[in-house]
Amino acid sequence: MKIVFWGTRGSLPTPLSGRAVRHKIVSALVKGAGQGLDTAAKAEAFCDRALSFAETNTYGGNSSCVQIDTGGSEYLLCDLGSGAREFAVATLAKHGPARPQTYHVLVSHVHWDHIMGFPFFVPAYIKGNRVRLYSCHAKLEQAIRAQNREPCFPVEFEALGADIEFVALEPGKRYDIAGTRVTGFAQLHGNDSYGYRVESGGKTVVYTTDSEHKPEDQAEMERAAACFANADLVIFDAMYSLAEATSIKEDWGHSSNVLGVELCQMAGAKQLCLFHHEPVNDDEHIDGILAETIRFEEITRVGAPLKICAAYDGLVIEL
Amino acid sequence: MNFSEKILGDAVLVSAAGRIDLSNADAFKDALAASLAKAKKALILDLSGVDYISSAGLRSLMIVFKAGKTEGKAFGIAALQPLLMEIFTISRFNLVFPLFDTVQLAVEKLAPGSNAS
Ligand SMILES: [Zn+2]
Ligand SMILES: [Zn+2]
Repeated sequence: MKIVFWGTRGSLPTPLSGRAVRHKIVSALVKGAGQGLDTAAKAEAFCDRALSFAETNTYGGNSSCVQIDTGGSEYLLCDLGSGAREFAVATLAKHGPARPQTYHVLVSHVHWDHIMGFPFFVPAYIKGNRVRLYSCHAKLEQAIRAQNREPCFPVEFEALGADIEFVALEPGKRYDIAGTRVTGFAQLHGNDSYGYRVESGGKTVVYTTDSEHKPEDQAEMERAAACFANADLVIFDAMYSLAEATSIKEDWGHSSNVLGVELCQMAGAKQLCLFHHEPVNDDEHIDGILAETIRFEEITRVGAPLKICAAYDGLVIEL
Repeated sequence: MNFSEKILGDAVLVSAAGRIDLSNADAFKDALAASLAKAKKALILDLSGVDYISSAGLRSLMIVFKAGKTEGKAFGIAALQPLLMEIFTISRFNLVFPLFDTVQLAVEKLAPGSNAS
């Protein structure tokens, strides 16, 4: 199983500013001064050796869209944030528009950052393609149709060329989708949201974003941990710090890196991926949060180590 | 977790030791709330004996801190072990709670005139 991240930012797309690009260039030039970096190969090696992720890359970028690739012929995505456009561009470049494909999408909920990529999801315009939109959320069809309608968008939903179907899922029930077994579960979030546990070929990934957890509520913590049980990867809403999520941003519907670690430890999960990054946080800040989360796991470790990473647009995780 | 309490004039000094986690966070919160009720001006926590605190324990501190604020009582946490200080920093509770290196400093600041010794 291969997980490809096309959009990882929370709440709304957050492009890297020109000022931030310049800051990265200046910082790299200063650090590379006198290092004899007169070829691209030497400069690349220097970037890998001497510079941080924030200095050479960016977390991005687009809002939520994650691909679960099991090697099958049909595509499986989680959410249709703005990252879905990039996915569509890459997929069409691979197959060309003339060869029909099937796209399955598990939608967490219908807040705009999770569906805003659909009007720009080119496969939906092409006759012969099949698009299946699944959710435990009751208003998926209503929201997708409303988004592709005047005055929000000039192309009406009914004019889309692909064969598009909405499929309602029931939380706690297991479904066979795109060669995987999918189980949805309810999450604490304004206007509702759902996480999905996806199993295939002996590997398990859990997509759990836009989800608040109450650390004092043992039953809720245990229920969440049961949904993550023994997962190979948990893609987790780590938008806020624990202090924010427990004070001024309590009941805003998001979680923290600290609770991600605690829940994964309870669940015996193998890897935690920090996801749905707060738009206010720049690349250096997220690098810092990742380093702190790795340290937090070290000092609180009980059993086997939990691997930690932070999602960025373009990240690929092999399970 | 061990919990003890000492009245220092207008302040109440609470000392906790051991681990504070999901299994005892509620009891910890109730004990702190009872101590807060006895405090005229300030509740000071000596956490030098605590070697681990989970999110549930941090939330208990948050609830009592908020209650103190409503009642106009000062709240301070003193003498965190380095590992606990790291947990407070990573969770950003270091930006929420007034932290003091020693109990003495907390008493001088939050309840001047009370004797910490
Ligand atoms: Zn969101
Ligand atoms: Zn949301």
